Amino acid sequence: MTAIQFLAPDMAVIARRAQIVAGLEAILSPDSLVSDPRELVPFETDAFTAYRRIPLAVVLPRDTAEASAVMAYCHQNGVAVVPRGAGTSLSGGAIPQEDAVVVGLSRMNRILEIDFDNRVARVEAGVTNLAISDAVAADGFFYAPDPSSQLACTIGGNIGMNSGGAHCLKYGVTTNNLLGVKLVLTDGTVVEIGGKALDSAGLDLLGLVCGSEGQLGLITEATVRLLAKPEGARPVLFGFDNAEVAGACVTEIIGSGIIPVAIEFMDKPAIDICEAFAHAGYPMDVDALLIVEVEGSDAEMDAMLARIVTIARKHGVKSVKESQSATEAAQIWKGRKSAFGATGRIADYICMDGTVPLGQLSHVLKETYRIVDSYGLRVANVFHAGDGNMHPLILYNVNDLEEAEKAEACGLDLLRLCVDAGGCLTGEHGVGIEKRDLMRHQFTVVDLDQQMAVRRAFDDERLLNPSKVFPLDMNERKAS
Amino acid sequence: MGETLVPGSEAEACAMVAAARADGRHLAIEGGGSKQMIGRPVAADAVLSSSGLTGITAYNPAELVLTAHSGTPLPEIMAAIAEGGQHLAFEVPDYGAMLGTNAAQTIGGIAATNLSGPRRFVAGAARDALLGVRFVNGRGEAIKSGGQVMKNVTGLDLVKPMAGSWGTLGFITQVSFKVLPVAPTQATLVISGADSHEATALMARAMATSCEVSGAAHVPQALAARIPGLAPSGSATLLRLEGFADALAERIARLRPQLKARLDMAELDADASKSVWSALRDVTPFADGTRSPVWKISCAPSAGHRIVAAIEAMRETEAYLDWQGGLVWLRFSGERPDAALVRQALADNGGGHATLVRATETVRRQTDVFQPETPALTALTARIRASFDPDGVFANRCQIGASGMRAA
Repeated sequence: MTAIQFLAPDMAVIARRAQIVAGLEAILSPDSLVSDPRELVPFETDAFTAYRRIPLAVVLPRDTAEASAVMAYCHQNGVAVVPRGAGTSLSGGAIPQEDAVVVGLSRMNRILEIDFDNRVARVEAGVTNLAISDAVAADGFFYAPDPSSQLACTIGGNIGMNSGGAHCLKYGVTTNNLLGVKLVLTDGTVVEIGGKALDSAGLDLLGLVCGSEGQLGLITEATVRLLAKPEGARPVLFGFDNAEVAGACVTEIIGSGIIPVAIEFMDKPAIDICEAFAHAGYPMDVDALLIVEVEGSDAEMDAMLARIVTIARKHGVKSVKESQSATEAAQIWKGRKSAFGATGRIADYICMDGTVPLGQLSHVLKETYRIVDSYGLRVANVFHAGDGNMHPLILYNVNDLEEAEKAEACGLDLLRLCVDAGGCLTGEHGVGIEKRDLMRHQFTVVDLDQQMAVRRAFDDERLLNPSKVFPLDMNERKAS
Repeated sequence: MGETLVPGSEAEACAMVAAARADGRHLAIEGGGSKQMIGRPVAADAVLSSSGLTGITAYNPAELVLTAHSGTPLPEIMAAIAEGGQHLAFEVPDYGAMLGTNAAQTIGGIAATNLSGPRRFVAGAARDALLGVRFVNGRGEAIKSGGQVMKNVTGLDLVKPMAGSWGTLGFITQVSFKVLPVAPTQATLVISGADSHEATALMARAMATSCEVSGAAHVPQALAARIPGLAPSGSATLLRLEGFADALAERIARLRPQLKARLDMAELDADASKSVWSALRDVTPFADGTRSPVWKISCAPSAGHRIVAAIEAMRETEAYLDWQGGLVWLRFSGERPDAALVRQALADNGGGHATLVRATETVRRQTDVFQPETPALTALTARIRASFDPDGVFANRCQIGASGMRAA
């Protein structure tokens, strides 16, 4: 796929490569710099693998001081910087380009402080999402946002993309669970925003930085909120004859005053794919599945599930499977959690990510099938229905160039559909390069100009994460 | 201040701001005026009021979102969502009694000031519930950010800096808030006689359980006596639980032994519980008809009681803790705000921020009402403000440092 363009690399910077590498060598410890061309290859892309660019060099700082030194050097020398966590972005948020230095946070993976009295953890940005929960699990706590890639993805990347997960219906996304960051500004200045106290003294810079996709600075540390684990959690599986009815059931559950911790949706193709892979015991004679999870004590969960089951029956649910044990609960989740991996076994796919108002779920699903069909492609839908976060997986053959282009065009149509239904281009994967050129579909030029003006307040030279988030013509580097 | 401009539409607001910018005039943004007495006094050429922009534009309980024009009075919003069995989970405070004003709050004012009540420490702040805004920036342009869906952010999240911008970045014309179901009932466990150190430990212990405590406060006896519904025999440490009636009883039974308290425990029923938490939310223990200084201090939960102790060691004061100790409400008698004392105590105990929510106009003119920040953050903030309002059309009630007549 070659439809997405990058900014033309600055040839003058590329011509100075040896000098820049030497300059970085002079300020870094030897093992913090990667410059051998072969060793740069692993950094050429992220999980949006259709696009690849070899960076100028890669810096893996050991601490904030090194990160700051690199930022200052690149700023002084007019070199672009691409922040990188684990490289799991699905929208190409960490894809470098030939004239840019990648700053990878993978070595900054220490948990600095766990403070149960204040229910916070202070961690370096390269700590994985799951490592935080693992570190506090024995004491009965967890960190709430749980993206599917939580085993690999870093907290720095989560902040960059404002990541969510299956359980954010109850617990919110990253921005709702973040209390502070240490941010290296483009000129190397280190600022602390927030901390263990709630809310901000002046403008909410923390909220602005969260989800800014590396456009405003480099995050090297974070203070995150810890929560006490619930007494228990129990999923129930519902099978419906038709996807639209399942969508209507979701709307009614929420409207009835129950907020489950998660409501996940799978359509027929997704059920088939996941069941064949995970043998989770999903019913095969239905067109849509809902996994609804509730939390609390046994009595609370019984009461809530009884009300949810009543609503589902009203909508003609065909099969109901309540989990009676932890093993059964794990079984129900197993299929859902393996959805992406299982899909990858049968075809190449692009995972789209958009959000729609809950009342539009049925309409958007129907239109999704119509659009995908019009391209002669197949789609599997597996998504976070409770917060309207769609994840259509468009199936195609990566070796068929024509089909690949169709899949990409189809994906963009599906995102336009989300915006037209009153939603957003992104749910939790960010804009990256993938959705950049659709920004004008959701925003006016004036809206985007205001966002760009804020970006310039942080990065007037526009050296941070080039070619991302904003339409390419707005993204041009400042004329020197 | 001169005339009051009352745009009847967003387009009209754009024209008014653009005209003011062209003429070099300065505008003070106002909703219902209920929080006019918070912040640095500003001298603007005119007031730009949202009172002409009213009405709920979209509300469907099943979508958990309410959208309204910014000047819509809060009571109208509350009545509409109550009918849908929902509320704003961050518990909108009403400081009217404490500040001595009857002015009605507007939904836009709630967004612009980002003030939240007792549930904030578990359910998020106003800024967390604010899904989308429309506003007019200082160039007179209408801007949209966020949306009407739960996961609302695409591109830079301008909703967050707009929340709590106190009218310094733009004139909000429309807001979308997340609304959530109201729990069917609530109860509060009251532990009597703990000192503030002990109370802080009790609250931390409660929050480490799976009992879903949604309010954790500590009130000394003298203040507790001013709260209807509390009849304290000593200080009151309060733990609120909300949910379905059956589940609630079971959770309270589960919570009690885990507190390991050697003190008397009593239970408030739903009505008493509501009344007590409203009082804490609205800071009515300090609704004394005076303008004596009232500070709101946000800090690490375990630091709140130490900050109070450090201040008390220097000067007599009254204070109570909310948010598990992470929010201190503190009053001095007399006029002197002692900002340096308060902010030193805060800095010595892990930091955070202190806001002088109530004081006389003279005091507010001479004091940093909002917390001063580091030079790097101050410079960054100034650049961000300029990106919204390059010519300083909007009066700056958050100004730090010497207060000029006109702040930009």
